[in-house]
Amino acid sequence: MPRTPIEPQFPTERLSILDSDGLLDAELEPKIAPDDLKRLYRGMVLGRRLDERMLKLQRQGRIGTFAPIKGQEASQIGTVFTLEARDWMVPSFRETAAMLWRGWPIEKILAFYAGRLEGGQPGPEQRDLPVTIPVATQLPHAVGLAYGIQYRGEDSVVMVYFGDGATSEGDFHEAANFAGVWHGPVVFVCQNNQWAISVPLKKQTNSRTIAQKATAYGFPGIQVDGNDVLAVYAASREAVDRARAGNGPTLIECVTYRLGMHTTADDPTKYRSEEEVKAWEQKDPLTRFRVYLEKKKLFDPSVDEQVDEEIARGVERFEAMPPADPLEMFDHAYAELPPHVAAERAEVAARLRVPGGDAGAGSAEPASPPMRGQRRTSRWTP
Amino acid sequence: MAKLNMVKALNLALLEEMERDPDVVIIGEDVGVDGGVFRVTEDLHRRFGGRRVIDSPLAEAGIIGASIGMALYGLKPVSEIQFSGFAFQCFHQIENHAARYRQRSQSRFHCQMVMRMPYGGGVRALEHHSESEEQFYAHIPGLKMVIPSGPRTARALLVAAIRDPDPVVFFEHKALYHASKEEVPDETEVMPIGRAQVAREGRGLTLIAYGAMLRVALEVADTLQAEDGVVPEVLDLLTISPLDHEALATSVGKTGRAVILHEAPRSFGPAAEIATSIMEGAFLSLEAPIRRVTAYDVPFPGFAREKANVPDVARVLDAARETLAY
Repeated sequence: MPRTPIEPQFPTERLSILDSDGLLDAELEPKIAPDDLKRLYRGMVLGRRLDERMLKLQRQGRIGTFAPIKGQEASQIGTVFTLEARDWMVPSFRETAAMLWRGWPIEKILAFYAGRLEGGQPGPEQRDLPVTIPVATQLPHAVGLAYGIQYRGEDSVVMVYFGDGATSEGDFHEAANFAGVWHGPVVFVCQNNQWAISVPLKKQTNSRTIAQKATAYGFPGIQVDGNDVLAVYAASREAVDRARAGNGPTLIECVTYRLGMHTTADDPTKYRSEEEVKAWEQKDPLTRFRVYLEKKKLFDPSVDEQVDEEIARGVERFEAMPPADPLEMFDHAYAELPPHVAAERAEVAARLRVPGGDAGAGSAEPASPPMRGQRRTSRWTP
Repeated sequence: MAKLNMVKALNLALLEEMERDPDVVIIGEDVGVDGGVFRVTEDLHRRFGGRRVIDSPLAEAGIIGASIGMALYGLKPVSEIQFSGFAFQCFHQIENHAARYRQRSQSRFHCQMVMRMPYGGGVRALEHHSESEEQFYAHIPGLKMVIPSGPRTARALLVAAIRDPDPVVFFEHKALYHASKEEVPDETEVMPIGRAQVAREGRGLTLIAYGAMLRVALEVADTLQAEDGVVPEVLDLLTISPLDHEALATSVGKTGRAVILHEAPRSFGPAAEIATSIMEGAFLSLEAPIRRVTAYDVPFPGFAREKANVPDVARVLDAARETLAY
């Protein structure tokens, strides 16, 4: 009875096509139509510029805390680009570029970060879930959506985003395991940006790669240079095609870097060095892709201007939104308000009708019931 | 009319709804070939196949999380958590998402899903197999919390829960599964969620109970009638959340006294909310302080000591007599 090696079914590979110096592996270069190459760049720029604008809006107090995406544009655009409208996109909370690509209006994204849940409402036909904040909890939802797709015999796929920190959560493992067992059409996109707030990857996992975690669940995992939009696209194309063909899930680990802070409430200088950030700035996903486009004579120098104009219009629409109506907090709590919640709603409505917000006198709120012969205990005797 | 125990009555509800609506699927540990550890899903796998009756991997967050995804897609999953004591491993999915998805997506999505969980003590089971945790779910806005008290209510409320557009946590008391048989109508019966039921009309005192505590309340009512000449009213809550405030006010408004029973620990338990509801709705009718007879504020003590912890007839009878004598 010998000890025999069991070959891993899926070896873990790393894919890089366009490196940070702009050098291209022509053999691996994916065939992407010129217009699409331009759209990819524009999507990345839009993500970057909106991020910068949001930082200003946050500092001015016009929106609240948010998670900047700077540095992760290629990981998001290279993957989301491979989805069709009939596919599902399941974000975590750092996918602004991918959400813009999927058609989320800028004013909705801003509204969400201004504390308004209407900003989390996908369009009527949009197959996107809203931003999910508790880490990794959206992953099982993606697997359930994929089950629905299988159940109805559709050929859609589900793409779900998460970070390196999420791979430590139980929900990641449960979702990956369910997806493997059910062989569902799910593409797991891990944006490994090296830092979960202040905790570096080496304290998050002792695995050499995140991609290899897929092996344990019986489906392929691939590591890609997440700042190389061509590599991200190629891996994603393969994964989406595999899922659509009924050949099950894939885990894509995009090795990237969060150039900014975790959220606007965070100071990354406390836990990481300037040298490290500078080194990653040299690997900026936009820079190398711009060089690639220039070589192909596809670079449009007016992109920044166009994008800024689009953002300006979005910010205008955001600012033109009427103030949040407090009563709307009751609109989406239940399909039909239970009587006691309807009474709570009436209470708020009454308060809102009274100047100064005091419902004490003359309001529609029911008066207190009369007291039956007030008890005169010694405490109350003058 | 057929006489069924609660297991068969629940099974009937699942069968009827699966036949009626192809979007209803069942998911859980051992719910398929095995028919569930309590046999509630018996034979459904054979009838509907593994695609609709899913033997899932052993992972509660996966079960509820995937059920949420299915519900967002448009299916109507009925999940089984093998014992309510294990549901803390999916509590985050229930609170963060199932209960909130309507709000989070501003009604673009909602979670029409039922989460069935056997709960409660009195079956000589180990820890995490004997607790009552309804208070945690009852406290969550967006969620409904239902607890039937016998075969007929179990069937009619499970049908209602499956058809309810909002997520429902559905507790089934283990001691009731095989406790008794009851006439269950041949035609599908649907009882409204959010409505209590007067199990016995009476005067002078209202005993308020749900789940297995209903039997205790009825026995106490019998004893009071035989020994004290008092015929108390017995209110079967059936839904913990949303609570039937109107039924509470009506009953105690008439009787003037209330004793509330539950198996969950006392502090911050459902009885506290029920007592407040009575105070708000029937203050002027109260003739005595409201009493709570509940489990004590200790972690599950093991089934050898369980009898001293879970309310029994003697404890409730004492509380009822003290209330009547106040």
